[in-house]
Amino acid sequence: MLLDADNIYYRQLNKQIRELVAQGETEFEIINVRGQRYIADGLIGDLKFKVHGVPGQDMAAFMRGPTIRVEGNAQDGVGNTMDDGLVVIDGMAGDVVGYAMRGGKVLIKGDVGYRVGIHMKAYKEKFPVLVVGGKAGDFLGEYMAGGAIILLGMFTGKPDAPICGRSLGTGMHGGVIYVRGEVPVEQLGPHLKTEAVDEEDMKLITANLKQFCDEFGVDLNTVLAEPFQRVKPFSHRPYGNLYVAC
Amino acid sequence: MAFAPINKNYHDFFVVRDKDACINCQVCVRQCSYGVHYWDEARQCVRHDNTKCIGCHRCEAYCPTQALLIQEKPSNFKPNALWRPVFIKNVYKQADSGGVLLAGMGSPVDIPVYWDKLLLDASQVTNPSIDPLREPMELRTYLGSKPTRLEFETTPEGPRLKTPTKPNIKLNIPIMFSAMSFGSINFNLHVAMARAATEVGTYYNTGEGGLHESLYKYGPNTIVQVASGRFGVHSDYLNAGAAIEIKIGQGAKPGIGGHLPGEKINAMVSETRMVPLGSDAISPAPHHDIYSIEDLHQLIYALKEASDYKKPVSVKIAAVHNVAAIASGVVRAGADIVAIDGMRGGTGAAPAMIRDNVGIPIELALASVDQRLRDEGIRNDASVVVAGGTRCSADVIKAIALGADAVYIATAALLAVGCTLCARCYTGKCPWGIATNDPYLAKRQNPDIAAKKMANLMKAWAHEIEEMLGGMGLNSIESLRGNRDKLRAVGLSQSEMDILGVKPAGR
Repeated sequence: MLLDADNIYYRQLNKQIRELVAQGETEFEIINVRGQRYIADGLIGDLKFKVHGVPGQDMAAFMRGPTIRVEGNAQDGVGNTMDDGLVVIDGMAGDVVGYAMRGGKVLIKGDVGYRVGIHMKAYKEKFPVLVVGGKAGDFLGEYMAGGAIILLGMFTGKPDAPICGRSLGTGMHGGVIYVRGEVPVEQLGPHLKTEAVDEEDMKLITANLKQFCDEFGVDLNTVLAEPFQRVKPFSHRPYGNLYVAC
Repeated sequence: MAFAPINKNYHDFFVVRDKDACINCQVCVRQCSYGVHYWDEARQCVRHDNTKCIGCHRCEAYCPTQALLIQEKPSNFKPNALWRPVFIKNVYKQADSGGVLLAGMGSPVDIPVYWDKLLLDASQVTNPSIDPLREPMELRTYLGSKPTRLEFETTPEGPRLKTPTKPNIKLNIPIMFSAMSFGSINFNLHVAMARAATEVGTYYNTGEGGLHESLYKYGPNTIVQVASGRFGVHSDYLNAGAAIEIKIGQGAKPGIGGHLPGEKINAMVSETRMVPLGSDAISPAPHHDIYSIEDLHQLIYALKEASDYKKPVSVKIAAVHNVAAIASGVVRAGADIVAIDGMRGGTGAAPAMIRDNVGIPIELALASVDQRLRDEGIRNDASVVVAGGTRCSADVIKAIALGADAVYIATAALLAVGCTLCARCYTGKCPWGIATNDPYLAKRQNPDIAAKKMANLMKAWAHEIEEMLGGMGLNSIESLRGNRDKLRAVGLSQSEMDILGVKPAGR
């Protein structure tokens, strides 16, 4: 189903999508998207979206299942509290990507903004994965409780910036952040350190990067040419001994 | 002994055991989850260790021969108006541990309780009072955004409402059970709240711990909460309840997040929150996707989109200094309900310094929010619900006269099932089986009995509200809402009365 979002208010666009989904439509190609918010929010099931243009805030929030491919950049809040599904962005994305994301996968070719992957969490078979081909701003993976973030720093519009901003992984108590190349130590959150990846890590990294490379037409060997480092929490209970009863 | 902590004997309570009455049955040993009572094999009798007593009174309540009395230990210290014993003891504890003082339940500090300074009116001679036992009395309340005016059009079938209306939830009683997460309290009490809310036709709030699937059937009487940790938040959850609440702040701990300790995360809590067993569940202080009113607007509408605009969205904020301006922003951001939690509101765990020193009393916050929203002409755009220290039906009716649409209660609901405010909710050892997920303790709460008690409390308060309304010659709660002329103040300063918008008694 081809939808033209030109001059359409987000509420009308999303209402139309929900109605079509209720009627059994499963594939959508949306053209002329110019900042319409909340695309595919809360949608459930095996649906496919191709978005041309720049989707607005909170795309794929609370989503469970659909696949979205964006031919362009995305604004803030992609995959907010997302439950399952796949989001592929052939461009950059803004702040707070994957906030509290619990499952599914978000692949972003280029750079992302601040506060990305905060409080991602895993549960049983649900294991959220976020791959960023470019660089990330401050607070990547803050409060992270589960899942994996893979940061490549390769396809970036900011050649002089460090691969990640300040306070990487601050307060993380689960999950893992993989970084290609060196992690600038001064950007790490308190008490965190970097380690070399092991075989298990490389399996997870390779599987996800294969998908990343397939989606964006990138050579996997080139991406894997540099070694990866990992950042893991120092405790599952970072604040367990902070308190005294009064 | 040389290295015993200074404060070893400065405990707060002591056990008085009547040796003649005690039959050594060991009920106290089994009931105490803090290990105060024990069986002394050598002496062949029950004995106790006063230092462990936290003053929950469970043993006293269950002693079959009334042999036990729990008493506050008299001060060990020379009287000092500045250095009261609580401060001295806290310094010892912190010097030993280096820890942040952690507390449970609402603040016990002595700040003015304005409910006690406000008095209600009644009819005499000039207008008749109404007897609710024999005449209809309307307590029904709708929460949600209301249109400012209604337009109708004529059709061949008769007049038809033209103005689009927004979703509202219907309360038979203007009292709801406030947010207490599954995890902070156990499943038996969530079942009880769900059943009690269903029975009396009101709502209970899930708190931020998600909603166990077996409780989805109570969805029409459930408000589902979305807090910064987003635990258990997904599409099914958002669509399971009758309304969605974004928790920004909590009266007991404004400005800080939540932290459910690993000890309280058992299999069922882990399943509902969708977090690993035994790992801490940390809710960040802010929602990191909300740094402004515009961002709040964004989350409100993301939730509305995800629930197809079928449910009102509430935003809960703590009562802080600029609460009126903040509430105005919240309403303009698109909230259908603004819930305000005052500084006496309860909690499962909060740093004591924050609980006892941050925020403002709900009475002042409510009055200033209601006034501000009226002044700005946006009072009808959202309902106002207040929480934090409502002890009785008179507090409820005074809140409504000050401008609230409804009241959230939580501490009172826990008292209804036996809580004695010992305030150790964060230990996971609640001897009353409330703030614990230990199966041995949790089974002390039977969901059927607990539901009955909670429903009883609601019904009793509803009846008292009807009596007080009738006494004022009003037959509908709507006639009292924001009607501050029905209140008079005693013992308040002029500025306090100005904020509350009430006259002094006698005028």
